[in-house]
Amino acid sequence: MSQAGYPDDLLYHPEHDWARIEQAGGSDASAPEATLGITWYAQDALGEVVFFEPPPLGTTLTQDEPYAEVESVKAVSDVVAPLSGEIVAVNEALAEDPAPINEDPYGAGWLVKVRLRNPAESESLMDAETYATTLHG
Amino acid sequence: MPTTLRRTSLYDRHVDAGAKLVEFAGWEMPVFYEGPPTPVRQEHTAVRTGVGVFDVSHMGEIETSGPQAFELLQRLISNDLSKVPIGGAQYGLLCREDGGVLDDLFTYRLEHDRWLTVTNAANHAQDLAWWREHAGDLDAQVEDRIEDYAMLAVQGPRARELVQAISDAPLPPRMTAATRRLLGAQMLVCGTGYTGEDGVELLLAPADAPALWDELLRRGAAPAGLAARDTLRLEACYHLYGNDLSTERGPIEAGLGWCCVEDTHFIGSEAVRGVRAAGPRERLVAFAIDGPGIARQGNPIVGGGGVTSGTLSPSLGIGVGLAYVPSGRAAVGTRLQIDVRGKMRPAVVREKPLYRKGP
Repeated sequence: MSQAGYPDDLLYHPEHDWARIEQAGGSDASAPEATLGITWYAQDALGEVVFFEPPPLGTTLTQDEPYAEVESVKAVSDVVAPLSGEIVAVNEALAEDPAPINEDPYGAGWLVKVRLRNPAESESLMDAETYATTLHG
Repeated sequence: MPTTLRRTSLYDRHVDAGAKLVEFAGWEMPVFYEGPPTPVRQEHTAVRTGVGVFDVSHMGEIETSGPQAFELLQRLISNDLSKVPIGGAQYGLLCREDGGVLDDLFTYRLEHDRWLTVTNAANHAQDLAWWREHAGDLDAQVEDRIEDYAMLAVQGPRARELVQAISDAPLPPRMTAATRRLLGAQMLVCGTGYTGEDGVELLLAPADAPALWDELLRRGAAPAGLAARDTLRLEACYHLYGNDLSTERGPIEAGLGWCCVEDTHFIGSEAVRGVRAAGPRERLVAFAIDGPGIARQGNPIVGGGGVTSGTLSPSLGIGVGLAYVPSGRAAVGTRLQIDVRGKMRPAVVREKPLYRKGP
């Protein structure tokens, strides 16, 4: 597995998900996008991920609600939406080989990209340092 | 973890090898060894293509000896032990009077009147009580030997050559057992395993296990944990007690009629005879998911029955498993719909085993 770590440029949800909010761009500057994934802690707790089925494009995510499942050798775990929005891209490669979720959870192991419905929700998320402290409870 | 968990004599070796330890039937056991990104798949593949070593010292042993040891075992165990020569091994079931399965076990005939039965860890205490309860007036001794044996399973196409290189005499063939010295330590070498590969199981004094473990690893055996053991046995369609076998299920529906010989009058034989004649209501089948997805234990099957074991087959790259289905839908090729947490996954009944080792 990769080295433990929680990058500073991400926001974290208590259910062990991360969000990377992208610069608003393109034609609709008022609706920023975010890339979502699970944290190093989550993939470590799950163990070897053997299956991830990306949800369909256009799926609506509601903050704090599950939107997908990741399945490890032994268990199935819900992936919870850190932010609300609509899926505009999914990491199709993971359907073939989900190993990047373990190997590179903040890079090649990203899960989906969403157009945010309520960017203000990001204020409820934690920064890396705060999230890391919650892991030593 | 609670401090009451038992540890095998290889506990320190597991920690050194990077084991992720979990509670299993009251023992603290390695589920896999950290290091590679996909450790379970690596361990699985090592056993399919090379050689892996499992610490299965949590399994129990019951020794039955004395002039009427045979009579006792023949009454307890579903298979016909008169067919087992000295040095032989046999798989059989322990059943209740109603045919419900209490355990599945291997029995080795050590001497004419001395037998060793290997139990599942979770059932050992109950099996031992069952043994003693039925020993009654028979002239047979029943001894709990769980403290006296560590057990290593060395499995894979290279397992025999690796173990042979440190053995003082030729290894016993498949389904037989013999006493050998390995690295100077005397042990029972058994030509058995539960992975679908060739290999041996070694029963030895716990104090001798660490040196043997070190030498097996030095010679190239990959340490492998319970997770790989589970995917390997499932591809081979071997039953796991607690999943595919229970007191709620009888041998015939579990597909284990081949190891039941009713004419020996074992406990449960009348019930087994009845079900064999009438046909079981449900049967345990192997299945493969047709498309993406993995079915798991407890997932219901549309039209009746349910999955008792399910995983992603590392060898085949698809979701596979064992499931009880109505007998009319048990034929190879039958299409099933499995309800995987609300999502219908199509599956097909497959021939057993799901994976067969190469030539």
